[in-house]
Amino acid sequence: MQLKKQKTKDKGASAIKEYSLAYRIWKYRESYQLIFPFMLLFFLFTVLPVLSSITLSFTDFNMLSMPNFVGFDNYERLLLDDDIFLIVFKNTLVFAFITGPISYILSFLFAWLINELGRVLRAFLTLIFYLPVLSGSVFFIWSLLLSSDAYGMINGILLDFGIIKEPVAWLLDQNTLLFSLIVVQLWMALGTGFLAFVAGLQSMDQSMFEAAAIDGVSNRWQELFYVTLPSMSHQLLFSAVMQISASFGVGTVIIALAGFPTTQYSADTVVTYILDVGTTRFEMGYASTLAVVLFGMMFLTNFIITNLLRRFSAE
Amino acid sequence: MARRNVLFRQHLNRSLAGNIAVFLCLLLFGVFFAFPVVFAINTAFKPLNEILVFPPRFFAVNPTRENFIQLSKMVAEFWVPLSRYIFNSVFISAVVTLGHLLLSSMAAYPMAHHNFPGSKALNTVIVLSLLFTSTVTYIPQYVILANLRMINTYWAIILPAMQSSLGLYLMRSFMMGIPKEMLEAARIDGANEKRTYFSIVMPNVKPAALTLIIFSFQSIWNYVGGSAVYAEQLKGLPALLQSIAAAGVARSGVTAAATVLLMIPPVLIFILSQNHVIETMSTSGLK
Repeated sequence: MQLKKQKTKDKGASAIKEYSLAYRIWKYRESYQLIFPFMLLFFLFTVLPVLSSITLSFTDFNMLSMPNFVGFDNYERLLLDDDIFLIVFKNTLVFAFITGPISYILSFLFAWLINELGRVLRAFLTLIFYLPVLSGSVFFIWSLLLSSDAYGMINGILLDFGIIKEPVAWLLDQNTLLFSLIVVQLWMALGTGFLAFVAGLQSMDQSMFEAAAIDGVSNRWQELFYVTLPSMSHQLLFSAVMQISASFGVGTVIIALAGFPTTQYSADTVVTYILDVGTTRFEMGYASTLAVVLFGMMFLTNFIITNLLRRFSAE
Repeated sequence: MARRNVLFRQHLNRSLAGNIAVFLCLLLFGVFFAFPVVFAINTAFKPLNEILVFPPRFFAVNPTRENFIQLSKMVAEFWVPLSRYIFNSVFISAVVTLGHLLLSSMAAYPMAHHNFPGSKALNTVIVLSLLFTSTVTYIPQYVILANLRMINTYWAIILPAMQSSLGLYLMRSFMMGIPKEMLEAARIDGANEKRTYFSIVMPNVKPAALTLIIFSFQSIWNYVGGSAVYAEQLKGLPALLQSIAAAGVARSGVTAAATVLLMIPPVLIFILSQNHVIETMSTSGLK
């Protein structure tokens, strides 16, 4: 109580003095000292790259000579002259709009189902579902599972059951490549968003459910829609954001399983195309243009989805 | 009834049929998710004649250590010794993980509790940066590293990896749960900000710290190294795994063995810190 009084007194005094901005900055100098190291790196490797992407996208920078300003030439090239861009753009959208929503729903569904279980089983299944993301490089094993000859596990099983007549070159054939990669990507779908869901469900107030049950919520579906989902809006939003950036950024898996670049760019995304243009051809200007476009796509999708979710949860 | 309580949590409005459905559903998907990992472990212990058999066998019939012995022989022939790969992986992972934890928690504390000029703008920037993957910044990052003369050094891997904004975001969300009174009490007792950070804030955010450690460790441990580092003697174990995997089907036993070994550290850390991760993620919600 005394502390509180003291505080209000201080506030009164400060109002008389009217802190100037410079004084407030000086007053918080210790805060700035603590923030500085992280923000320095963050500025160097995130903020500056984003800003310079935008600047470089209007130049013909190639790492060797000084960049020249070329106006919207890169953007024109991207829209009118670059057939590969159309392919990778389409692939990115396919990945984003198939793996994105499915991963999001699976993340929630599994988290919700797991939450029904006892403590030990729940912890075990969380590990199983998170394992593909956790162990990062284990997706290499898919190159054995999807191996193009009869020794490949998937081919072997399908041949054995007589579902296919001859081995399918899952990761070489352009018709199956994208599909195979989508399956692998879905297998790796339960990432940060999933953990947020598991955590959100677990930390919910149990008495809320008991109250709801007494008030007539009679099965788990009603509970899901009337109690669980409405009180999870923050987690739903956070996971959506995580999922959107993940599904627009599909790249590592493609490079590892299908090569870099893939056969006739049939499964490349904007991300791998940026790497191709930037680090193999050193066309930094054009690569930056691609990055700006991808950046725009992610931002726009995030903006739309988070707004929809907010509206949905406000109702 | 008693057995059901071991498997399921107590709820008032759950039907037995529903519980069975949940169980079957989880079993089905659990198998799909565990399948490749179990397959990897099995393949690692298969002798060559079991790998090249049709129809392919899922489980190893005569488990053998052959692949692991082969792996060590194969690695011994590389011109960069295995010890160097291990050193690189451990060194880079340790520096990145601890550096990331220190820097982001130092920054998170004032951002969670002080209303300094610019704090709102910084928070907005951090949330905005969650909206895109770091891959879009890859090219200019390369240019910046080149200008700092850091290409082909450890720094090119370490510094960009230390500034993950997700870590800062999670830490800040968790720190907001520390009661203001506790911090004020420390201040009245004469502690300055650094002292408060080290002796009041940090001991209270142990779960979040472990979460940052596992997230940061898992991504850097599996990081192959982009084109900013090309010297083989600076690369870590995932790069080694890649060159082993390039050898094809005949070497798949060895590839699987390497994959399994590489998987162990992050899995162990996660198992040990899982409860804390869950506790931290429950504060992660975006408003």
